[in-house]
Amino acid sequence: MSTQTYDRQNPAFYALLIALVVMAIGPIYLMLVTSLKLNVDIMSDSSSLLFMPTLRNYETALCDFLWYEPEHLRRCDPTFGRALTNSLIIGLVSTAITLVIGTMAAYALVRFRFMGRDVVSIWTLMMRMVPPAVLLVPVFGIWTFQFGIDGTRGGIILVYVALNLPFVIWILQSFIVQVPIQLEEAARMDGAGPFQVFFLVVLPLIKPGIAAASIFTFRVAWNEFLLANALADRNSRTVPVTIVNSLTEFDIDWGVIMATGMLLAIPPIIFTFVASRQIITGMTAGAVKG
Amino acid sequence: MSIASTNRLTPYLFLAPAGLVLAFALFYPICYMIYASFLDWNPSQRIGEADFVGLRNYFKLFGDDAFRESMGVTLKFAAVVVTIEMFLGVGLALLLDRNIRGMSVLRTLFILPMMIAPIVVGLMWRYMYHPTVGIFNKTLKSWGYEGIPWLSDGSWAFASVVIADVWQWTPFIFILSLAALQSLPSSALEASKIDGATGWQQIIYIKLPLMLPVLIVTLLLRLIDSFKVLEVILVMTNGGPGLSTEILSLRINRTASEFRELGEAAAMSNLLLIVLLILTFTMFIYNKAQEVRAARMRAAEEEA
Repeated sequence: MSTQTYDRQNPAFYALLIALVVMAIGPIYLMLVTSLKLNVDIMSDSSSLLFMPTLRNYETALCDFLWYEPEHLRRCDPTFGRALTNSLIIGLVSTAITLVIGTMAAYALVRFRFMGRDVVSIWTLMMRMVPPAVLLVPVFGIWTFQFGIDGTRGGIILVYVALNLPFVIWILQSFIVQVPIQLEEAARMDGAGPFQVFFLVVLPLIKPGIAAASIFTFRVAWNEFLLANALADRNSRTVPVTIVNSLTEFDIDWGVIMATGMLLAIPPIIFTFVASRQIITGMTAGAVKG
Repeated sequence: MSIASTNRLTPYLFLAPAGLVLAFALFYPICYMIYASFLDWNPSQRIGEADFVGLRNYFKLFGDDAFRESMGVTLKFAAVVVTIEMFLGVGLALLLDRNIRGMSVLRTLFILPMMIAPIVVGLMWRYMYHPTVGIFNKTLKSWGYEGIPWLSDGSWAFASVVIADVWQWTPFIFILSLAALQSLPSSALEASKIDGATGWQQIIYIKLPLMLPVLIVTLLLRLIDSFKVLEVILVMTNGGPGLSTEILSLRINRTASEFRELGEAAAMSNLLLIVLLILTFTMFIYNKAQEVRAARMRAAEEEA
């Protein structure tokens, strides 16, 4: 990389770049700053740059997990802490399940020639377009009256797995196609069964695809609101649901709500910085060939 | 014998778990919804107890001014948002397609708005649009202007929602078109440079036509997604003031949870699904046509 040369650009170009970066991350920065402010500072008219940063809003939100008692709190409200636990469990479990069964299905679709493969591909592509809002009514009805799993984490996990599967299958297909078939044949010659070939040969080769797919899956499960709102009860609410619930009150506590928003935003932000290349691959797969 | 039969069964074993989940948790609910749209059904009833009312829900919807307005808002939102984002995204890609230091950092920063929860995006913008503590009105007031009723006036609220969506999704189009630009054959560009084409001529006669297939797919993807937008608007305006920002997904949510008319909500979901199916099919057929054309061109090249 160090030998690469870069073209010189004129200053106006760099000014534009800076403006774009400010526009892109300005709102996020503003949220971070607000979450570090006391309400007095948020309400004041004076310049927003001079204030004492405080972690008090985060203490309020996370009071359940703290080993000490924040002195500004009279009573700890465990709602957010509970929601954070729920969100983590639901996000991680649904991502794990989706990936395991999604990779297996994608592998079968790519490698084994059997009837109906094209049909399955078209269906997965079409299912990808189903918006959560469309599933709201039937999922609510079925989960409540037929499966009896409304209000449980398992019920929410099941929706998310179903919602993410088509995309995961679709994206992993494009990675599995690139695995040279000779490798698999060699393994089979050496006496490996189909499951061994899959887990020991194919899986390690498509790690980048799996990384991209797991980020997208986790993100959907972590960020989704509508279905979680319809299915969750008091004990299985996720973070987005609690945020929206606390918004409906008239007097919004901006500091605390921005702190919760920031906590909800942190995992996706970390993923973006760690794996931006995989994310871009995932986004461009299908639309841009090559 | 046993090896042969396991081999024949393997694909189905690999497919079975995903197939089961999709059948029970996605396909079945959709069929259920199509059936439910013919029922007069409220949330406290089991579906068997609901009355079958034929097409009444649909007739009711088409006669309902609020639904027609919501449909109009949805279409207007999708059209406006996608147009602005396409122009900005493609324009920026053309402008920034240069060999500069830090391009990957820039792309990383641009993905952030898409990765963050829509709920949080709505939250940030609601805060920024806030009449007294929001940064826009604070700045306007410090410059001596009147504050703008960002979220409390119908047409301003629509504009505000559009701005937030443009902020969130322009990077998507930017990244896709940048990827398309960077995979263009450099021979065509160099040839045109030798022939003395100016930058503008290169863009109009070479880059844009060559990018067109990707741009069309990007446009359709974004259009499909713009019908799915819900949380950002829910947090910012909850569809208000009046019905000025109530897009269809929000209306479905409200019909189901507030008005408790599950049948009607299902009918609406059905209509939304039909729109999306048409778009998806367009995309699918376009992709297939492109593949066929590419194959034919390759065949022609080999013959020549």
